[in-house]
Amino acid sequence: MQPVATTFFFYLLSGAAILGGVLVITRKNPVHSALALIMTLLAQAGLYLMLYAPFVAGVQIILYAGGIMVLFLFVIMLVNIEKVQKQEQFNKQWLVGIVAAAALGVLFVLVYMKGESLFPKHVVRLAEESNTQEIAVLLYGQYMFAFEIASLLLLVAIIGAVVMAKKRI
Amino acid sequence: MNGAAQVTPQAVEYIRILPEIVLTIFGIIIMMLDPLMDERRSQRTLGAVGLVGALAAIVATLYQSQYPGVGFWGMVNVDSFSVFFHFLVTAVTAVVILTSYEYMEVQQIRAGEYYGLILFGAVGMCLMSSAVELVLIFIALEISSISTYILAGFRRRAAISSESSVKYFLLGSFATAFFLYGVALMFGATGSTSIAVIGQVLASGQPPVLAYVGIALMFVGLGFKVAAAPFHVWTPDVYEGAPAPIVGFMSTAPKAAVFAVLLRILFEAHAPGRLWLIWVVAALSMTLGNIGALVQDNVKRLLAYSSIAHAGYLLVAFAALPANGIPAAMFYTASYAAMNVGAFAVVSHLASAGERYVTMEDYAGLGRRSPLLAATLTIFLLSLIGIPATGGFFAKFYVFSAALQANLVGLVIIGVLNSAVGAYYYLRVIVVMYMREARQEVPVSPVPLGLGVALAISAVATIYLGVLPGRVLEYATRSAGDLLR
Amino acid sequence: MVPLSYYLVLSGILFACGVTGFLIKRNIITIFMSIELMLNGVNLSFVAFAAQWGKLSGQIFVFFVMVVAAAEAAVGLAIIIAVYRTRETLNVDQVNLLKL
Repeated sequence: MQPVATTFFFYLLSGAAILGGVLVITRKNPVHSALALIMTLLAQAGLYLMLYAPFVAGVQIILYAGGIMVLFLFVIMLVNIEKVQKQEQFNKQWLVGIVAAAALGVLFVLVYMKGESLFPKHVVRLAEESNTQEIAVLLYGQYMFAFEIASLLLLVAIIGAVVMAKKRI
Repeated sequence: MNGAAQVTPQAVEYIRILPEIVLTIFGIIIMMLDPLMDERRSQRTLGAVGLVGALAAIVATLYQSQYPGVGFWGMVNVDSFSVFFHFLVTAVTAVVILTSYEYMEVQQIRAGEYYGLILFGAVGMCLMSSAVELVLIFIALEISSISTYILAGFRRRAAISSESSVKYFLLGSFATAFFLYGVALMFGATGSTSIAVIGQVLASGQPPVLAYVGIALMFVGLGFKVAAAPFHVWTPDVYEGAPAPIVGFMSTAPKAAVFAVLLRILFEAHAPGRLWLIWVVAALSMTLGNIGALVQDNVKRLLAYSSIAHAGYLLVAFAALPANGIPAAMFYTASYAAMNVGAFAVVSHLASAGERYVTMEDYAGLGRRSPLLAATLTIFLLSLIGIPATGGFFAKFYVFSAALQANLVGLVIIGVLNSAVGAYYYLRVIVVMYMREARQEVPVSPVPLGLGVALAISAVATIYLGVLPGRVLEYATRSAGDLLR
Repeated sequence: MVPLSYYLVLSGILFACGVTGFLIKRNIITIFMSIELMLNGVNLSFVAFAAQWGKLSGQIFVFFVMVVAAAEAAVGLAIIIAVYRTRETLNVDQVNLLKL
C-alpha cells in the first residue's frame, strides 16, 4: 500500500513514543509507568509499519505489549506498591544521571545529523506483502541455528524463573 | 541469500557444534533426573552427571578440532581460536563442578538446577567463542549471562545473595542494551551483522562515523561484562554475595568468552579507532582495581577487585599489535582461569556453612593448621602477583612485551607500577596465613576428594603454564594467525 | 517522506530516556522498565537501518532482541520477587544497588 500522510503520522507516533518514554521515568506509581511504556510500545509498532516491517510490528504488539508488559503488571500487583509510592522516587545521583544521559542523547543526535549525508534520502521500499514470508524463509534458512539456540535461551529462562521464584531450595 | 541451494545442514556441520550439543544433552539429562530422585541423595549423582558432561565436552572439543570450518550458513566458525576457548571453558566448568560437590553439601543447597545451569551457561560461553555472526554472539552472550544471574542468587538463606543476583541482572541487562545499540549502529554502518562481511566493509575504505560509535558502544557493553573500569561498580558486591564456586566460575569462563568476542570484533572485523578507548579503560581498570583491593578485608571482595585489575592487564594486550597482542591475551585468559578458579576453590572450602569465614582474620594461622591448603593458595596468590615459575608471570610478561613492541611505554609503566601495588595485598594474605596466630579457632575440615582433584588440576595448570609456556603460546600464536587471516 | 535520520534520532532519544531512568530511579521495577525502553530504542534503529539497506536481517535481529527481552523479563521479575521476599522493599538504596 502506498503510504499516506507519512509526515503527519511520523510526528504523531514519535510524539506519543517520546511522551510515553518521559512518563515512564517520571511517574511515581509503577503501574502508571507500565501503562506509559505500553503507549510507547504501541506507538513504536506504528512506526515499524511505516518502515515496512509489518511482521515486527505484529510481534511488537503481541509479545511486547501483550506478553512482557502483562508480566510486569502482574509483578507490580504482587508486590506492595503503596509502600513504594511513599518512598523517594529518585536517588541521590539524579543530577549526574540526567547529565550523563543528556550527553549521550546529544552525542547520538550529533552523529545522526552529521551522518545524514550518509543515508539515502528516500527509504528503500521493502516488499511489504511478502514480508512475513521472507522473514520465515530467512529464519528457517540462514538464521536456523540462531533460531534453534534461542530455544535453549528460553529453557534457561524458564528454569531460572522457576528457581528464583521458589520459596526455598 | 547465500546458501539457498543447500537447504539442510551437512553432517560435518553438526560436529562444529558438537561440544554445545553434548553440554545441552547432559544439562537436559540433569533436569530430567532431578525430579525423579530423592532430594537428599540426588546431589552427588547429578553432580557426577554434570562432571561427565563437562569431560565429554572436552573430548568433543578435541574431536571437533579436526574439522575446522564454517557451519550453518556462516553462523559458527571452528578454528584453532574457538577450540582454544572451548577447551578453556569446558575445563573450567569441570573444575567448578568438582569444587561445587562439597560446597553444595556444606551449604545445604539442594537443587539439581545448579548443575544444569552451569552446563547451559557453558553452552553459551562456548558458542560465544565460535560464533561469527553478531546475532548468534548476542544470543550466546545472553544464555551465559542469564544462567550466571541465576547462579549468583543460589545462596537463598542469605539476603545478600539475591541482592547480588538483582544487581548483576540489572547492570548486566543495562550492558546488553549498550552492546545491542552498538550492534545496531554497526549494522547501519555496514549493512551486515556477519563479522566477516563487516570486516570486509570496514577494511575497504574510510570507516563511517557510525562504525566508530558502534564499536565504542559495543565495547562499553562488553566492558561491563568483563568488569573493566569504569564499568566495574557491580563486581565487588556481586562477588561477595554469590556462592564461592560460582564466583570462581563467573570470574573466569564468561570473562574468557567475552574476551574472545572482543578479540573477534576488534581484530577480525578490523574495528577502527580502538586504541585510545582501550588505553584509557586498561589504565583505569588496573589502577582502580588495585587501589580498591588494598583496603579490602573480605577475601572475596579482595579477589573481586583483583579480577578488575587483571581485566585491565588483559586489555593492555588488546592495545598492542594484533600479531603479538592476540596470543598474549589468550595466554592471559588461560593462566588467569587456572589461578582464579583454584583460589576460589580454596575460598569456598574454607568458607564453611553459610560462608561465615571469608575475612582475612579467618585465614590467620592457616599455614599451621592446614599446610597443604595454605601451600596451594600460596601458589595461586603468587601466580596472581606474577612471580616467575607461575602462569601469572608469563601472562604478564607476554602482555607487557607485546605492548612494548607497539610502543605503548606509558601503559606498560602504569601496568608494572600496578603489579607492584598488587603484590602488596596478595602478600598480605600470605603473611596472614603463615605469620599470624589464629585468634579464634576457625574450623578447617579435611579436603574431600573432589575438591582435592580440582585444586590439583588448577595448581598443576598454573605451574605448567609458568614452567613450560611454550606449547600453549605456540598454539595461541597459531590461532591468532587463523583469526587474522 | 520523512528522512530516515529522523527515525534514528527518535531511537536515540528513547535510548537516552531509558539510560536516564536507569540512572535516576529508585524502584527496581521502574529501573527494569527503563531497560526495556532502551531495548526499544535499539529495535527502532534496527528496523530503520533495515529499511535503509533494504535488508531483512535487521528485522530478524529485532525478532531475536524481543525473544531475549522476553527471557530477561521472566528471569528478572522472578529475581525481583525473590529480593522482595527477603527484603520487603524494592528500593535500590536499601538494596545497596550502586554502592561503590
